[in-house]
Amino acid sequence: MLSRTAENLFWIGRYLERAEANARLLEVGARNALLPNIGGGYRNEWESVLVAGGTYAAFREKYGDAVQRNIESHMFFDKDNPSSILSCVTAARENGRIVRTAITGQVWDALNGAFQEIREMQRTERSQLPLADLTDWTMRTAALVRGATQVSMLRNDGFQFLRLGYAVERADNTARLLDVKYYVLLPEVTYVGTGLDNYQWTTLLRALSSYRAFNHAYGGEITAWKIAEFLILNTQCPRSLLSCVSEVNESLDVLARAYHRTTGAQTEVRGMLGELAEARVDDILREGLHEFLQRFIDRTRRLAEAIRASYLTGRIA
Amino acid sequence: MSKAADPRYFNEMEDGGAVRAPYAGLQDWMQDMPVELRTLKQHEAEKLFRRIGITFAVYGEGGDPDRLIPFDMFPRVFSADEWRKLERGIKQRARALNAFLCDVYGRGEIVRAGRIPDKLVYTNEAYEKAVVGIMPPKGVYSQIVGIDLVRVGPDEFYVLEDNCRTPSGVSYMLENREIMMRMFPQLFQKNRIAPVEGYARALKRTLHSVAPKKCDGEPCAVILTPGHFNSAYYEHTFLADMMGLELVEGQDLFVEGDFVWMKTTEGPQKVDVIYRRIDDAFLDPLCFRPDSMLGVPGLMNVYRSGGVTICSAPGAGVADDKAIYTYVPEMVRFYLGEEPILRNVPTWQCARPDERKYVLEHLPELVVKEVHGSGGYGMLVGPKSTEGQIEAFRSKIEERPENYIAQPTLALSTCPSFVEEGVAPRHVDLRPFCLVGEEIELVPGGLTRVALKEGSLVVNSSQGGGVKDTWVLAE
Amino acid sequence: MRLSVSHRTTYRFAEPVRDLVQSQRLQPADCENQRVVDWSVRAEGGQIGAGFRDGAGDWVQTLSMRGWVSGLTVEVAGEVETADLNGVLRGHRETVRPPVYLRHSRATRPSTGLRRLAEAAVAGEETGLGRAHALARTVTETIVYSPGETDAATTAAEALEHGYGVCQDQTHVLIAAALTLGIPARYVAGYLFSEGGDAMAEASHAWAELFLEGLGWVGFDPANACCPDARYIRLGSGFDAVDAAPIRGVAQGVATEYLDVEVNVAQVQQQ
Repeated sequence: MLSRTAENLFWIGRYLERAEANARLLEVGARNALLPNIGGGYRNEWESVLVAGGTYAAFREKYGDAVQRNIESHMFFDKDNPSSILSCVTAARENGRIVRTAITGQVWDALNGAFQEIREMQRTERSQLPLADLTDWTMRTAALVRGATQVSMLRNDGFQFLRLGYAVERADNTARLLDVKYYVLLPEVTYVGTGLDNYQWTTLLRALSSYRAFNHAYGGEITAWKIAEFLILNTQCPRSLLSCVSEVNESLDVLARAYHRTTGAQTEVRGMLGELAEARVDDILREGLHEFLQRFIDRTRRLAEAIRASYLTGRIA
Repeated sequence: MSKAADPRYFNEMEDGGAVRAPYAGLQDWMQDMPVELRTLKQHEAEKLFRRIGITFAVYGEGGDPDRLIPFDMFPRVFSADEWRKLERGIKQRARALNAFLCDVYGRGEIVRAGRIPDKLVYTNEAYEKAVVGIMPPKGVYSQIVGIDLVRVGPDEFYVLEDNCRTPSGVSYMLENREIMMRMFPQLFQKNRIAPVEGYARALKRTLHSVAPKKCDGEPCAVILTPGHFNSAYYEHTFLADMMGLELVEGQDLFVEGDFVWMKTTEGPQKVDVIYRRIDDAFLDPLCFRPDSMLGVPGLMNVYRSGGVTICSAPGAGVADDKAIYTYVPEMVRFYLGEEPILRNVPTWQCARPDERKYVLEHLPELVVKEVHGSGGYGMLVGPKSTEGQIEAFRSKIEERPENYIAQPTLALSTCPSFVEEGVAPRHVDLRPFCLVGEEIELVPGGLTRVALKEGSLVVNSSQGGGVKDTWVLAE
Repeated sequence: MRLSVSHRTTYRFAEPVRDLVQSQRLQPADCENQRVVDWSVRAEGGQIGAGFRDGAGDWVQTLSMRGWVSGLTVEVAGEVETADLNGVLRGHRETVRPPVYLRHSRATRPSTGLRRLAEAAVAGEETGLGRAHALARTVTETIVYSPGETDAATTAAEALEHGYGVCQDQTHVLIAAALTLGIPARYVAGYLFSEGGDAMAEASHAWAELFLEGLGWVGFDPANACCPDARYIRLGSGFDAVDAAPIRGVAQGVATEYLDVEVNVAQVQQQ
């Protein structure tokens, strides 16, 4: 297929996953904001959400104080913020419009419907839109599009590029969320293992829709060790780094078979998979969770670049 | 019918109070449809159009780029007999236009014979020096010829203009039919309506038939679009989808060695035929506008050396130029040795002093058009204009006479249309799409445009026109 | 006269560029004025293809380079046997009709100044040839040769306003002036052998051809106040300098381009 079409499909996946991740981030912020401000670290929980999203500076410039109302505007409706949910949904739909012929009517309806709805919400009085409704809408919409791709799209190469976009973005997002929790949310090391810490971890798991799954799998106290195991190495958790990387690997395998050639992308993902498959939580914590995650985020970036160079430029890399 | 027919205009459905035969099958349908049902159906149609994403951006108007062209559910109908004659006339014209193009880029016989002034052809802006001497595969420069027709009487058709470059609107022809069949299946059971759905297959066949000699095996044809910001982008995706061809932008193609290649996830793939929907000037920055970002550098060299076919061929525009238009009947006689079946609208060239004089004296009665204009812009409809507008045009013509032609205001036929108050006659035109390749084909139908404003004679969608399904009744 | 040509164009890019493509018009055509004895165009690392003879009778070919490149050298070398036909182009096979060259381009757009210049120049001239010579002479006198004052994008009207320019500007002015009089005119790019050997920069040259009834295309070189003779090698023609350019190219990338052109034309001693 046309490299540009593959690129558009790849980005539909990435944008939708990003929109969803933003909604989850907003939810984390909202729940954490319910706690009394205990000072230290970031001035309030909302700021940490911005830091996680990577838009703190742009936000300060435009809005000033990090109060909930402004954060919602910024992360949900702001056209100037390229990763706001509105921007992501618009970009996903725009990518879809360009490759209208490479997706099914059902997928297009879901994408286009989401776009029409969010434009409608833009026109709605904001007091009528509680934060929970906004985040719920985003998750529901993302699920709808994903469902449409699952049930209606041919399992051809285009489908694999869409899936690659989702998986790469999800890997990146899980790593960032986890990093934010460990590095940013927590104001001081002394809080580690305290009630506050636990509350924050719980929030994080909830935001990942994984709280119950976690309890089933581990039970008892929430510890950094268990969390790391669950969100990094547990293949039962669909958002764990290992799950995401495996998914990328599967898709790239399918492509290698279909195209009768392997590329730099396969080499890259196999390297990541190899490392994760052999990793143990103790080693990760010894290296430092933050350091490990930063390294992972960097490798994910390189993986995305390898996918681009191998398939999305039209020249054999 | 809610209003008495205006005797000045030919009403395609009614003739002296009696329903004309082709429309007989619509009489009951129209009368039996209660207003509520009609409103409901109209909404349904609009929803369908919006869902499939068929929209139209109006040039230079800003506003909602996702605007719909109004769809009028009342079909426009031709009998098999009426169509047979039109078909012969259209094919004849398409053949003559292509013969003309091969000639003026070749030996120029028609000019040598003195049947058309040499300067009109050779100094024409649309005449492309870069393609002089090319005989494209099958001798076809314009593979898709759109001929705009108006009707003024039961048996009187005029050609308003020819479109030899990349006429748009065929997606409406196909989608209008699709939607009518979905909404009113009983109409299609009662009336025997010739299908138009073969168009996509015929177009693909046409494109394949003009593959270059260097291409062995199944040709790879693609559609080249300026991108999704183009107002006809929907049509580009639609055609790509219907034909199963890749829809490419300039950035997806590159030249290497003797050929044009497409960037795919499996590496470069050779392209044999390009159905381009971008203008000549943007095709290749190494040949035309150096600043074009839409084109493919080196494409023209590959085309000229026979490595790829471009449809329509660069330079085809010289045949549909409004100043050349006057000579099309002459082309039919010269190349085919036949009498033209379709008539031209009498046209005055403002460049000629005597004709300009006539035009300036009769502005309130005439339609004045820019020679290179399109889309209903830069146009004066004398009888519908204020004195101020007429005077403004007078100075424009005096300033650049060669830029304008004038025609009598034609009494465009009307067809019943659904309007606010019920059903009323509205003026219509017709654009059928003729395919020229190994064979010459015309699907029975076309795009009927309707001026939805009462009394308006301008059918362009950019000026408030709508579209209708166009039926050709089977024998 | 037998002339040998070596013409080397070197491109250097500050940062590598991708998808470099050139359209080259680097091959003299055979006619009565010139006969190619030997000719070659080489570019290391590049692929040459998609060649054809265009309607104006010039050979055009395409150079493409795969992947990223940081530089390119195009080397032209060959020998041509030339004849002096008093500037008249004879036996050149072309199919473009002369009236096509009545159209102006961006560079040769008419202006009031150009019209006045042309009318004044030809006043009193009876014949087509006389008018053409008068025009060329006026351009030579009006546009003073002065390198560095104009650039590649300078139009004929602008050059006339300045009153100076290089051979490209003089040629544009001559073409534009001829067009205002309804004389078909075109731009010719080629090589010039100069006996002194000191005018190396001028070895890559440009002049105009005007179409005169009864004679056909006739060359006029306002820079040297003469008609092309055996010292001239004709490479190709077009509406203006851009259209007739021996090399037109593009590449993907924003890097600054350093261009070095070295042309050498010498007389070959007959054995």
